[in-house]
Amino acid sequence: MTATPDAAPILLEARALSYYRQDEPVFGPLDFSVRAGEVALIEGDNGSGKTTLLRILAGLLHVDDGELHWRGRPWRREEHLGDTVFLGHHLGLKSDLSARENLQVAAGLYGTRCGRHVDGALADVGLAGYEDEPVRRLSAGQKKRAALARLLLLPATLWLLDEPYANLDRTGIDLVNRLLAEHSSSGGAVLVTSHGAVSFLHGEPKRVRMHA
Amino acid sequence: MSHAPLAPACAAVLRRDLTLAWRRRGDIAMPVLYALIVTTLFPFALGPEDALLQRIAGGAVLVTMLLAMLLALDAMFRSDIEDGSLEQLMLSPQPLALMMGMKILAHWITTALPLIIIAPLLAGMLHLPAAVMPVLIYALLLATPLLSLLGAVLVALTAGSRRSGMLLALMLLPLCVPVVIFAAGAVAAAQQGLPWLAPIAWLGAALAMALVLAPLACAAALRIALDA
Repeated sequence: MTATPDAAPILLEARALSYYRQDEPVFGPLDFSVRAGEVALIEGDNGSGKTTLLRILAGLLHVDDGELHWRGRPWRREEHLGDTVFLGHHLGLKSDLSARENLQVAAGLYGTRCGRHVDGALADVGLAGYEDEPVRRLSAGQKKRAALARLLLLPATLWLLDEPYANLDRTGIDLVNRLLAEHSSSGGAVLVTSHGAVSFLHGEPKRVRMHA
Repeated sequence: MSHAPLAPACAAVLRRDLTLAWRRRGDIAMPVLYALIVTTLFPFALGPEDALLQRIAGGAVLVTMLLAMLLALDAMFRSDIEDGSLEQLMLSPQPLALMMGMKILAHWITTALPLIIIAPLLAGMLHLPAAVMPVLIYALLLATPLLSLLGAVLVALTAGSRRSGMLLALMLLPLCVPVVIFAAGAVAAAQQGLPWLAPIAWLGAALAMALVLAPLACAAALRIALDA
């Protein structure tokens, strides 16, 4: 590793990463790295493979070609699991359970961040008072917030967020930005996808372009 | 990094699936109702002849139970795949096979256990002698989890494909046959006053093997299904 003493360590590094679906190239080769404390924006048009890339980084798809390193060592599913949370298009909430019950299941599986509680996380994302409502009765934006509460609760270092701003109102967008800022300042890293036209991210994030 | 311990994770998955089943009680009642209707129809179709009903009782109840279980099998992972819960389960730092085992256990508790509870009633309706009833229950207690485990592997294998119901039924048939033969064999032997322990022991052995292997196969199959 070529990290200078004052630079944060590289968490995730991809070298010539590419993915094929039935011999059709989906994307790649891609080179990028994400350091602790960084928020990286994955840019690309519809169908450019942003979601596929996130699914590979989460460990749902296997890498076809290229190398992936996690904390300086070759990527292995077992070391990576639990240190990453993935928030995809499907939010992973059971619609017959309440937001609280959904988070309790997630906490049981992943463990919780130090000093974090289910109710506190729900209050932080603006769902106080809706804890016991079945997720099916929440609005699309509230469902998204319930899924975002998982980010606060679980002890993961790397967040993989697929279109986290979709369905959210003004305050919801501010909420996501606040979550990202807090997570990166505490040494976590985030990969966010966006289809280019609008970026709600503050500042000038690192960019990963799907197309050369 | 402190990972969540195993026991609470198992409990969380089990509790989640049982709560979900309880919130949809109507779905649990469906196989029970189906079994009740089918067994009620037998005497009407065959005539209320004691000797005949007694002879078919064991087999009829077993086949009805196993078919009733198939009704709910198809849905085992479907909603979890659709809403992304399965992805969250697979990405958690827990052994997937064990989590699958918990899901299968929850499935068995919600579909097979109610059926086993009404089995004496169904068998009674077909005049199965009371002395044979315990053997029927033993056979069901071993055959139903075996079917849940085998079924789960096949559901996981077909999870990636749409409209997998037909494929599932075709694949499950050859696996059902030995289960039915041994379970019905035990009941028939007991009815004729012959020793019935051997077929029960075979079922037990098959169950022990499936308990170890099926969750592993299930986890591997689901990983492949989602990796596409």
